[in-house]
Amino acid sequence: MADTAQPGPIGGHGHDGETRRDFLAIAATAIAGVGTACATWPLISSMNPAQDTLAAGAPIDIDISGVQPGQQIIVLWRSRPIFVVRRTPDQVKALAADKDAASLRDPTSAANQQAAYAKNVYRSVKPDVLVLVGICTHLGCIPEFVPQPGGSLGASWQGGYFCPCHGSRYDLSGRVFQNVPAPYNLPVPPYHFVSDTVIRVGENPPDSTFDFNSIEQI
Amino acid sequence: MAALQSQSKIVRWIDHRLPIFTFMQHELHEYPTPKNLTYWWNYGSLAALMLMIMIATGIFLAMEYTPNVNLAFDSVERIMRDVNYGWLIRYIHMNGASFFFIVTYIHIFRGLYYGSYKEPRELLWILGVVILLCMMATAFMGYVLPWGQMSFWGATVITNLFSAIPLVGNEVVTWLWGGFSVDNPTLNRFYALHYLLPFVILGVVGLHIMALHTHGSNNPLGIDRKGPQDSIPFHPYYTIKDMFGVGVFLTIFAIFVFWFPNLLGDPANYIRANPLQTPPEIVPEWYFLPFYAMLRSVPDILFIKAKLAGVLAMFGSIFMLFILPWLDTSPVRSARFRPIYKWVFWLLVIDVLVLGYVGAHRPEGLYVVMGRIATLYYFFHFLILFPLLGIFERPLPLPTSISAAVTKGKP
Repeated sequence: MADTAQPGPIGGHGHDGETRRDFLAIAATAIAGVGTACATWPLISSMNPAQDTLAAGAPIDIDISGVQPGQQIIVLWRSRPIFVVRRTPDQVKALAADKDAASLRDPTSAANQQAAYAKNVYRSVKPDVLVLVGICTHLGCIPEFVPQPGGSLGASWQGGYFCPCHGSRYDLSGRVFQNVPAPYNLPVPPYHFVSDTVIRVGENPPDSTFDFNSIEQI
Repeated sequence: MAALQSQSKIVRWIDHRLPIFTFMQHELHEYPTPKNLTYWWNYGSLAALMLMIMIATGIFLAMEYTPNVNLAFDSVERIMRDVNYGWLIRYIHMNGASFFFIVTYIHIFRGLYYGSYKEPRELLWILGVVILLCMMATAFMGYVLPWGQMSFWGATVITNLFSAIPLVGNEVVTWLWGGFSVDNPTLNRFYALHYLLPFVILGVVGLHIMALHTHGSNNPLGIDRKGPQDSIPFHPYYTIKDMFGVGVFLTIFAIFVFWFPNLLGDPANYIRANPLQTPPEIVPEWYFLPFYAMLRSVPDILFIKAKLAGVLAMFGSIFMLFILPWLDTSPVRSARFRPIYKWVFWLLVIDVLVLGYVGAHRPEGLYVVMGRIATLYYFFHFLILFPLLGIFERPLPLPTSISAAVTKGKP
């Protein structure tokens, strides 16, 4: 028998007047949108560091036996300058007294700029050996090492770092002063002592799982 | 639109199938233009000319340039010394960037003075601000390519701005760099984008002109054209006026290119980039100095750290331009009929010049104070003065038509 039923409108109306065609249009648009987003991802991801760039960021060993008290050496790790300083006994004493604490932004190293093993007044594993990422947390310049107290930085200057770009100041532990543009203390990279005279930068001591990428501001 | 009257059969044949000649006839020849435009209206066409010059010289530079951190600096020196006329092409491109910004800034301030951003030209104005943003990105990335000290450290400072973004800042910066710092991947992508963006600008310029031709140019009186007696055809009246401006402009441009090619640049950029040696002072090109001053001036504000606040101020200064059509509450366009705005306008000009001056100096002592006051004034001008002036200022009576302003009422 022939189908004699009255043909309904194409797609057929739902109770609120929307049709199956509306549903199909919305569903197809949504799928196309998701598809486009998925297709864009490899393009965006390709701009992240490549595998060889990442591999070049493996830990390095630094021999510090030749570093004299009061001297700083700069070593390149992950194309970033790493400052290694052997502080003099006087400088260690001055830091222990912590007279500048009131004028520092973060004297207790509360912000995640270092691992727990560097979360002390020296911001280091051993009080005399300081290891920092030598990049100003403001806009990435390299701060100057100005260990002498006083001088052009004022009578209250106890020695530390001065950024030539925008005038940020840090103390001899890399802790930033108030009222300078830099927001955070200089970061401390993961490192540990392989022996008394060799440090390995880029690797934590066995008891720590500190992640370099978790640092708030490099 | 009348059918094209051309003697040439070939022109008629083409136009019947692709009405390109009709289009040009309509948009460049007949296009009715207010008859009272001054030389302040030359700077749009000068900006278009500069865009063409930059694209033309840029393509030839690209044929000789090598985007690799070990080779880029030497390839630019080779262009300067060994490539035939390489010095000329590069000096035109280098100084061209400065002159592109000069004419664009004058073009923008002209719009500010004569209220060219007001109804119905809001989108025209906003497209212009988009062009400005694209120009800034292009100029910044182009400056990185020679891989001198300022290239490298400028790139470091500016890409680091994005680390101020809460939560994902560091990831964004790593993504921009494609590595652990500004390095070879960064140089390569900047080169690719520096080549792409001028063509994006070209596209937006097309939209800018389309919006312009919808309602036509504003004019020094800021009143609408009332009829044919207020207009003259664009060609030949304004083509000849533009051409005269081009002549004067190119003379000044040539003086810089041939006699003072490095006056506007920083000598530090003739030193090869060294990632371990920050230059004594990082200064951007002159056309970014006002923005740079704002970036460095802002102190901690409540819970917002100085760094984020500075970045917000810098981008906020451009954002002010985007929303200006709605900040300015005055119904009168031209400052000629706004007795207070007429003077207040110059305060903004002075303020931007002061910011530029501050941006060129280390942020110490008096410069910090000046920078903070000037930054504060900039936002005060846009957010407070513009809305209040429209309410409290009493505009002068407007002329009944462009003709009437000259003929004293006679038609």
